[in-house]
Amino acid sequence: MSATTVKLKIDNVEVEVPEGTTILKAARDNGIEIPTLCALEGLTNYGGCRLCLVEVKGAPKLFPACTTPVSAGMEVITNSEQLREYRKMTIQLLLSERTHVCSVCVANDHCELQSLANKLGVDHSIFERNWTRKEIDSSHDFLVIDRNRCILCTRCIRVCDEIEGVHTLDLKQRGRKAEVIMDLDEDWANSCSCTSCRKCAKVCPVGAIYVEGEPITRTKNKDVAEFILTRRKRK
Amino acid sequence: MGEGKNMNKEIEIHPVTRIEGHAKVTIHLNKDDTVKEARFHVLDFRGFEKFSEGRPYYEMPGITSRSCGICPVSHLLASAKACDAIVGVKPPRTAILLRRLMHMGQLIQSHALSFFHLSAPDLLLGMDAAPETRNIFGLIEQKPELAIQGVKLRKFGQEIIEKVAGKRIHSYDWIIPGGAKWPLSKQNADYIRSHLPEALDIAQKTLKMFKSCLSSFEDEVENFGNFPSYYLGLVTPKGGLEHYDGKIRIVDAEGKIVADQLDPDAYQEYIGEAVEPWSYMKFPYYKPLGYPEGIYRVGPLARLNIASHCGTPLADEELKDFKKLGKNGVVQSTFHYHYARLIELLFCLETIKELLEDPAILSERVSSKASVNNEQGIGVAEAPRGTLIHHYKVDAQGRIVWVNMIIATAHNNLAFNKAVTQVAKRYVKAKQLQEGMLNRVEAVIRAFDPCLSCATHAVGQMPLHVQLIDSEGRIVDQKAR
Ligand code: SF4
Ligand code: SF4
Ligand code: FES
Repeated sequence: MSATTVKLKIDNVEVEVPEGTTILKAARDNGIEIPTLCALEGLTNYGGCRLCLVEVKGAPKLFPACTTPVSAGMEVITNSEQLREYRKMTIQLLLSERTHVCSVCVANDHCELQSLANKLGVDHSIFERNWTRKEIDSSHDFLVIDRNRCILCTRCIRVCDEIEGVHTLDLKQRGRKAEVIMDLDEDWANSCSCTSCRKCAKVCPVGAIYVEGEPITRTKNKDVAEFILTRRKRK
Repeated sequence: MGEGKNMNKEIEIHPVTRIEGHAKVTIHLNKDDTVKEARFHVLDFRGFEKFSEGRPYYEMPGITSRSCGICPVSHLLASAKACDAIVGVKPPRTAILLRRLMHMGQLIQSHALSFFHLSAPDLLLGMDAAPETRNIFGLIEQKPELAIQGVKLRKFGQEIIEKVAGKRIHSYDWIIPGGAKWPLSKQNADYIRSHLPEALDIAQKTLKMFKSCLSSFEDEVENFGNFPSYYLGLVTPKGGLEHYDGKIRIVDAEGKIVADQLDPDAYQEYIGEAVEPWSYMKFPYYKPLGYPEGIYRVGPLARLNIASHCGTPLADEELKDFKKLGKNGVVQSTFHYHYARLIELLFCLETIKELLEDPAILSERVSSKASVNNEQGIGVAEAPRGTLIHHYKVDAQGRIVWVNMIIATAHNNLAFNKAVTQVAKRYVKAKQLQEGMLNRVEAVIRAFDPCLSCATHAVGQMPLHVQLIDSEGRIVDQKAR
């Protein structure tokens, strides 16, 4: 832990954290919850989902809490009317971008997107839904990717690269056309780098990567973060 | 609405309340105002078959069971059996016992709903009662005890499903290709066992009451889709009543077995599916007879007509009485679907007792593991409304490339039209539509207990619309409720 600390206010609560800490970590360490999707403790933060946006007094724009470091005297608001509206809209955008039919999804009841939608009170979408029909890759012995459910959080890519260390997964294309691919866009069964470690399935917040036939509760058990942190320290 | 003098007219009945889905009936009149024919149109279409393409095969039980909110378990079972065939394994015996148990719960739930909630108002409050009171609420007011028993029985059916598989309406999580996910706990088995006596009592009392007032429905028995047809359904190897496994038997109107122990896997060899431009629902027919002569009925009435015996003591006694109503044991009137449903209720409850007595029911071995081995699979089960067929083809990765489903309501499609025509012929006479007549057209449809939301794979409520159409195709009267 760094010796120097900084003082700041989060939701009017005075907190003191080590220099360089992200707003997200500072808030969480002090019991203030900020919704996130792409961030996962133990992995490099990426700032992709924009769910953790917060207001900083005096600044005209919003900041992603997961990638913004604290600074002395900062006054952070994590839960304003405007932020709540933005977060709802972000969830709606994620839900409408591809095909999310919870009732027939493996991750039903254990999906981070679904539970955030519930928590934030998203009961409808103002955006027209895309209903993508991307091909499912179930060529692997037991791992399946259904890109129709992928929210492009890149957790799988980061865990594969940073923890398993093989970088099988990556993204191709951009924006809403972006897709998680294996090696040079091979079928999963033909990937020569994949070690079949299942970490990608473990960290996927939705039902996009899963282990065929395995109960989702076993794949996505709660200790993911801890597991990753332990692996990290061992390096 | 035109003033037709010398034209043929068509009467349309709009919303048929108390059935699932969306439908329209057109009644075509001759020049002399007599009924020529009636057609039962199914208008909504959601295309579950198309929707499923590209999905992994093991998602099918979940997807297809969502095509129907009334008999999801039957879809689960037919779908799971098709998936068993794709992976090419036989589920452990316990899994089969549990699937059967769950299915019995579904049949009880659905039959109780059909009888007490949907049909009893017609039967017990009278066909000519005002539509505002001719529903479950009117029944609760006038026959509170019966209504409560109906609610209890239905709840028991739902509870069985819940105790076996977890969630009440869509328990697709529990069923997997090759078996089931978890065994039955002793506690849950005990719960079901302890509630059986009361349920049996209700079923017996209701059956007794129904039989005692049968004589007041002579007119309905005579005119409610009372016509000869073939009957089709699953039977045990010995020809007994069967809902989960078994082979197909077909019996003609005279009670002659025309085909027996047909392999369900070969259904395409003996069942054809015709298409008519005015309905989204296909018209299955028995191939050797051709279309539309190959008309057959499925469902509770058909099952009792084709079965030589039930296999449980109380139901067997009742079956004997039932068979006396028809020539050579074949009962033709669609009205008797109600009767058949009550006998099946008894059979289900007795079967549950037997299933729970089997020590294997509590075994922990409930699934056989395997992956895609075959490129297609067919699963057949007897849903509350009749024979249900799921047929899938998959690619090497197990992704669905083709789906065909024949659901009970579709098997009965030809019979529907015939039954509605018959009722219309008997009750439609005046130039306008009268309430009592509309009720009977509606009631005959309900006797079949059609589940149109899944017949057309549509989701939602079904209203009915009746139109009266003349020989030149003009609508001269119509009614929607
Ligand atoms: S199984 Fe492991 S190695 Fe293979 S893609 Fe997933 S995280 Fe990477
Ligand atoms: S597959 Fe899952 S973990 Fe990977 S990017 Fe998509 S949603 Fe995120
Ligand atoms: S959690 Fe910060 S952007 Fe996704």
